[in-house]
Amino acid sequence: MSGLGQHLPALQVVVPILVAPMVVLLRPRGLAWAASTAASVLAFVIAIELTLQVLGAGPVGYLMGSWPAPYGIELRVDALSALLLLVVTGASTVALVGGRQSLDAQIEADRQPYFFAAWLLALAGLSGILVAADAFNIFVFMEISSLASYVLIAGGPDRRALPSVFKYLIMGTIGATFYLIGVGLIYMMTGTLNLADMELRIHAVGDLTPILAAAGFITVGLALKAAIFPLHVWLPNAYTYAPHMATAFLAACSTKVSLYVLLRFDFFVFQGNLEGHDLQFAIYLMPLAVLGILVGSAVAMFERNIKRLLAFSSVAQIGYMMLGASLVSIAGLTAGILHIFNHALAKGTLFLAVASFAMVAAGLRLNELSGIARRMPWTFGAFVVAGLSLIGIPGTAGFVSKWYLIMAVMELGPAGVPLVAVILISSLMAVVYIWRIVEVACFAKTEEQGSSAIAVSPLMIVVTWLAALANIYFGLAPALPLTLSGDAAAELLRHLP
Amino acid sequence: MNGGSTIILALLLPLGGAVAIALAGRISANLRETVTLATAGGLAMTVWSLLPAVMAGERPGVSITELLPGVEIAFSVEPLGMLFAALASGLWIINSLYSIGYMRGNNERNQTRFYVMFAVSLAATMGVAFAGNLFTLFLFYEALTLSTYPLVSHKGDAATVRSARVYLGILLTTSIGLFLPAIIWTYSVAGTGDFVTGGILASKINGPAVGLLLGLFVFGIGKAAVMPVHRWLPAAMVAPTPVSALLHAVAVVKAGVFAVTKIIVYIFGVDFLFAEPSSGWLLYAAAFTIIAASVVALRQQNLKRLLAYSTIAQLSYVVMAAAVLKPLAEIGAAIHMVAHAFGKITLFFAAGAIYVASRKTEVHQLRGIGLRMPVTMTAFTIGALSMIGVPPTGGFVSKWYILAGAFQADNYFAVATIIVSTALNAAYFLPIIYMAWFMREPEPAAAAHGEAPWPAVLALAITALLTIAFFFFNGATIQLERQVVENLL
Repeated sequence: MSGLGQHLPALQVVVPILVAPMVVLLRPRGLAWAASTAASVLAFVIAIELTLQVLGAGPVGYLMGSWPAPYGIELRVDALSALLLLVVTGASTVALVGGRQSLDAQIEADRQPYFFAAWLLALAGLSGILVAADAFNIFVFMEISSLASYVLIAGGPDRRALPSVFKYLIMGTIGATFYLIGVGLIYMMTGTLNLADMELRIHAVGDLTPILAAAGFITVGLALKAAIFPLHVWLPNAYTYAPHMATAFLAACSTKVSLYVLLRFDFFVFQGNLEGHDLQFAIYLMPLAVLGILVGSAVAMFERNIKRLLAFSSVAQIGYMMLGASLVSIAGLTAGILHIFNHALAKGTLFLAVASFAMVAAGLRLNELSGIARRMPWTFGAFVVAGLSLIGIPGTAGFVSKWYLIMAVMELGPAGVPLVAVILISSLMAVVYIWRIVEVACFAKTEEQGSSAIAVSPLMIVVTWLAALANIYFGLAPALPLTLSGDAAAELLRHLP
Repeated sequence: MNGGSTIILALLLPLGGAVAIALAGRISANLRETVTLATAGGLAMTVWSLLPAVMAGERPGVSITELLPGVEIAFSVEPLGMLFAALASGLWIINSLYSIGYMRGNNERNQTRFYVMFAVSLAATMGVAFAGNLFTLFLFYEALTLSTYPLVSHKGDAATVRSARVYLGILLTTSIGLFLPAIIWTYSVAGTGDFVTGGILASKINGPAVGLLLGLFVFGIGKAAVMPVHRWLPAAMVAPTPVSALLHAVAVVKAGVFAVTKIIVYIFGVDFLFAEPSSGWLLYAAAFTIIAASVVALRQQNLKRLLAYSTIAQLSYVVMAAAVLKPLAEIGAAIHMVAHAFGKITLFFAAGAIYVASRKTEVHQLRGIGLRMPVTMTAFTIGALSMIGVPPTGGFVSKWYILAGAFQADNYFAVATIIVSTALNAAYFLPIIYMAWFMREPEPAAAAHGEAPWPAVLALAITALLTIAFFFFNGATIQLERQVVENLL
């Protein structure tokens, strides 16, 4: 490996964050897009390389400026962060490469450089959270990514995005503040911010009450940012009114990164230190996960706007991930983490297809999409494939995580039967909400809207199909995400017998 | 070529055919239909080339990939699957022939999509037939459901979409809601889902759990249409007739009863289930379905709906035969799949031919039609006699074996069910035959008509002959299926 190779964890963040201010200066049409796409592709390549390193030789550590931890800033990429890095950089890259036409249609040319700068900052922030090994840098990157996401969501032509982004801003800030309060409490008791160091030093803390309070603040704050039911209310509108490509990017990864931090803290830091923490974690989060699964799917069944429908489906899918985590077992965590990856594949593809629909159809309400399958058979085909993955039809990625989740739940014995039922019922609800779209798109009478002049660019169709095929590929050969999530689960659970 | 690559070829050939059909459809209809027939012929030759090896006791197999630890996509050819694949691939040729006559005679739209999806569903059928474990079976079972959806909803009007929704809704609900948990349960207790002679569940579970798991399987496999999960079958009658034939004879329902039989024989194991009292309910559920569906069929005025309920009853013959849990009955279950396929495809072809030629769909309209369409109605009569089980038709042979198996088990309930159901079958088929041949047309028909287009008539004549031929030449089939229960004989 060349000299540059050992700096990859830092470059993962540095590349997008340095390109971001440069992009603002790139006025000529298309250049900003090209530069951002190049940065995003580079970030994706770095993520792949890091994943290979993690798979080959275990977690990759990096000391900023060679200052030793816990004094210096430590970066660390393990199986869990590698998996998430793939998701984040992959989603950004796919949305940028395929989405140029959609972005051009939605973002005015003179504002595009700012938009792309915000995009890269969001990418840098999300990646930063994943590589950072200390609580404070996680907070800093969380703020960077959040602020940039607000800009991305509000950056589209739809003015309804403004109130929804304001709601998101308020809730997101509350979440971040809770997190910061929790981290402050821990710092007060331990005097460290490095996660690994923190975990060791909590052993020496006599009175654990502040730590317990910190666990509460951190869990709730991150649950808010991860849109765990019932703290999800900011999510549907933010996803619905954002520019379509921003939705494809953020829906695939942003809440999952908060979920990642949640798992990090609850399993890495608190698990071994707080008496009965695993039990508390399970008792509080499992009912919320189940409710999220059922309520999210149920609302999606009746929702008329296709983007909001998919957003509510996301609420349900986050519930699957939480359900897996709340089982506090290797199998459960593997299933939950695997679903992070698989859901990103499915939802990313769906939103890409939706962005294409939006360019041709009059709007994104179901009745405005009637007959869209006949007008855009290719894009719609990719939509159906991703929809099947969301339902969990065998042969798609979604099936693999559902299989694992049901296996994990069955380990509970008879107590798991209601949970199996919940998972299956929700899958059936997914059949309903996906098939509502299919029926409208295939069979409903098209009102004569005149042939729209816009044709979706071949690049966009190709990218959408690549994403759809990834759903099938990882449904038939799930070794990579499975190994990563299995390793991640084992690492997260190392404190339990 | 060895067995493994032949299996893969049998899966890929229809898929490749689908692509070729789609391309050919852009050039000309004749070319498209030539490609369809060539694909069907090629598939049949591929599948039938496996037959000698399987007859000789070999079990060709191939493993594609291990998806998850212990869960792999693998294929293996055993006698039941061989029979199913041979049947489906053979009937596809005849069905394609019929489709050409029917679709052209009716001026249906989107014919290319029709032939493409037909080929895709045949690929899924081959996957079901050759599946080497439960997971692979499930994978292709779902693929079959999804690939037949565009066929069922072919017309695309509001009523069709509603019916297709029932079709998809019931099949997906049962398979995800019941079949999938049953499969995962099996994998989690047995550690595998491979189809093994003698079963894999013996000593892994016991007591009422056996009956429950069996229930999840039987009702989860909605394609077997055991009441109360039968509603999709009458709903799917909105499809064009060749699709009904695909559903009822070639692939879909056969995939259902095939899967049930295969699971009873190779997952539970016949002896294990026989010794386990909690599995006894299946016999009664199947018997109820037989009688109830026959009674409903008595009251049907629409010919295709009548045939649909007849299918529901006939499918439960297979399930009941399998549930008798004696070697001869298992053989009966396997050959009833064949006998029913020949008979029912003939009946549907005839119903479709009547519709194409005369636009008649109701039973009471059929008075005197035998004189106008003698070939069609002769074939219809043969098919109906086979449903009743009258010699010399295929239906007699399978009933013979099922009855023999029931006597082997001293199971007089099953015997009585078959007798009652035979009477009911006669009660709804014989009046149609009588009306068609011996009653006069009520008044001069609006338009004089003769037979349907010749490809359709040729197809139904062939299947009618097959129905009779199966009465005389069934030795090889029985010899093949005997291997399924060799360990019990």
